[in-house]
Amino acid sequence: MEAFVSLASGLAVAIQPMNLLFALIGVLLGTAVGVLPGIGPALTVALLLPITFKLDPAGSIIMFAGIYYGGMYGGSTTAILINTPGESASMATALEGNLMAKSGRGGPALATAAIGSFVAGTFATFGLALLAPYLVDIAVSFGPEDYFALMCVAFVTVSATFGDSPVRGLTSLFIGLALGLVGIDILSGQSRLSFGVPELYDNIEVTTLAVGLFAVGEALYVASRRHHHEEKLEPVRGSLWMTKEDWKRSWKPWLRGTAYGFPIGALPAGGAEIPTFLSYATEKKLTKHPEDFGRGAIEGVAGPEAANNASAAGTLVPLLTLGLPTSATAAMMLAGFQQYGLNPGPLLFAEKPDLVWGLIASLFIANAMLLVLNLPLVGLWVRLLAIPQPWLYAGILVFATMGTIAANPSPVELIMLTAFGVLGFLMRRFDFPIAPVVVGLILGPVAESQLRRALSISLGDPMVLLQSPISATLLAIALIALMAPFVLKGLGRFKAVED
Amino acid sequence: MSSQNRRIDVAGLVIALLLLALAGLVWWDMTKLQLLSPYDVGPKAMPVIVSVGLAVLAIGNGIGALRGNLPDRESLDWTPIILILGGLACLIVLIAIGGGFMIGTAILFAATSAAFGRRAFLVDLLIGAVIAVVVYLLFAKLLTLSLPAGPLENLL
Repeated sequence: MEAFVSLASGLAVAIQPMNLLFALIGVLLGTAVGVLPGIGPALTVALLLPITFKLDPAGSIIMFAGIYYGGMYGGSTTAILINTPGESASMATALEGNLMAKSGRGGPALATAAIGSFVAGTFATFGLALLAPYLVDIAVSFGPEDYFALMCVAFVTVSATFGDSPVRGLTSLFIGLALGLVGIDILSGQSRLSFGVPELYDNIEVTTLAVGLFAVGEALYVASRRHHHEEKLEPVRGSLWMTKEDWKRSWKPWLRGTAYGFPIGALPAGGAEIPTFLSYATEKKLTKHPEDFGRGAIEGVAGPEAANNASAAGTLVPLLTLGLPTSATAAMMLAGFQQYGLNPGPLLFAEKPDLVWGLIASLFIANAMLLVLNLPLVGLWVRLLAIPQPWLYAGILVFATMGTIAANPSPVELIMLTAFGVLGFLMRRFDFPIAPVVVGLILGPVAESQLRRALSISLGDPMVLLQSPISATLLAIALIALMAPFVLKGLGRFKAVED
Repeated sequence: MSSQNRRIDVAGLVIALLLLALAGLVWWDMTKLQLLSPYDVGPKAMPVIVSVGLAVLAIGNGIGALRGNLPDRESLDWTPIILILGGLACLIVLIAIGGGFMIGTAILFAATSAAFGRRAFLVDLLIGAVIAVVVYLLFAKLLTLSLPAGPLENLL
């Protein structure tokens, strides 16, 4: 019940005209970038971070959340119409969705994706509102050693457990952790890995890293293999609306997709890939129209799209209650909080209830806006896909560099941006995941300070990590999650679905 | 995938060596730190963890490379990469010598555009300059952010 009271007061914040405007800008921007191939929600938030830091915190964060939700919607449009999913979360949607578009049922495919996303987003946001107070109550009793252990769990699950290759995922994570070391150590005042470069003393900017990896790295990668891929845009033919039959075949997959997406997103497991492919596999098994799978089955779009959006809301649970980002976008949102000196976690719920509940309430509003805006405007979104690729990427790079120098007007910052771009390019080429680097840079210093706090309370006795039952349990989970992929090499096997 | 052709992957070995070098760098940097408090594990603990982790992962990556476990890669087209990095380098140099961001941004736009196959460098240069002006006005006037100014920006 407490949740509903808080939610009502949050709604009062969310419907303030300025915040509504920020939510609207967020969902429009989010949808636009979700539609555009090559820019995901994480990059958009990263690009906007340096230019929003003089704006109102509540408004900006509401906007970032709108971008997150909008990006999830927009991604499905691209996946369905040109079969190049912008982010891995839309891969499952592309399988049946593009086939539907090819057979002239692009309209209903877009509709079931949008309505399914709305249904899932609404349920999952309710889940977030109901679950958050409980988690906050638990998190209040966490000591520094428990937080450290929790971060170990996040590190392992984000990088090792669910990727293609645990070794490559962990490598990404440790590169991020190494980058997190750069700068002056606050507790001792000594500089680490700075080599006398003044710009390195105050740590590596999360935005510079993210923009370099996502924007510059992606541009280099796409440009280097431009001749390998030709994209074909399927026109939306026929009715946009779903028939009675379509509704009948969609509503159960929506709910099942939500049931996969929200809990998996809420666990510090990271990513929407797992629930979307689980949902796809389930719908394929349960369908009454097995003959449609492989020719454009609406269930195969409805389920994964719902799972996709539900997991986005789920990701906000650990982010808001524990300050734990488990996806690249969540990591960028955490950076968004941090630039205003706000630290998500139980304290934020106590100190800034308006902001937190305002954010949660505005998620409902953003979700409704997306449903209303998306279907009628789908023609407009599709036209975005007609922007010539050279201008699109040139524009992204211009905006990326200008945002970077606006935040930090120094050539060194641009050199770092370029270096991270090259790193991002190499990581894409050799199939290293990008998100763990960002998570490592953001969470590494936090984990370190929690560890040192725990150890200084225990006068340097490392057993403190095992004496707290919470910490011991979490460390055990982290260890199991670390070993699991090596023991059962088949965990990544349902990825074979995509082939 | 690549599991059928198990031959040594040279690029993979280079990655492993780079990781090892990074581990060494973190370790070397750690040895220069001082412990100030006897009760704090101090600034050295995390670099040690990171360094050891990187070294272990370097070995893991090396084993993967020897087994040829890396994913298949498509052939690489170097021209666009050089164009984009060249554009970025121009921008960096121009800002470093106080030439303002606008010319550099226009060059970056045109270079990236050319990297993606456009054959209209001068037109793109102009478009890039217009975008730079718009973004400059947006940033400077609306969001009160400052961008490094050169002779051209001071005219606005």
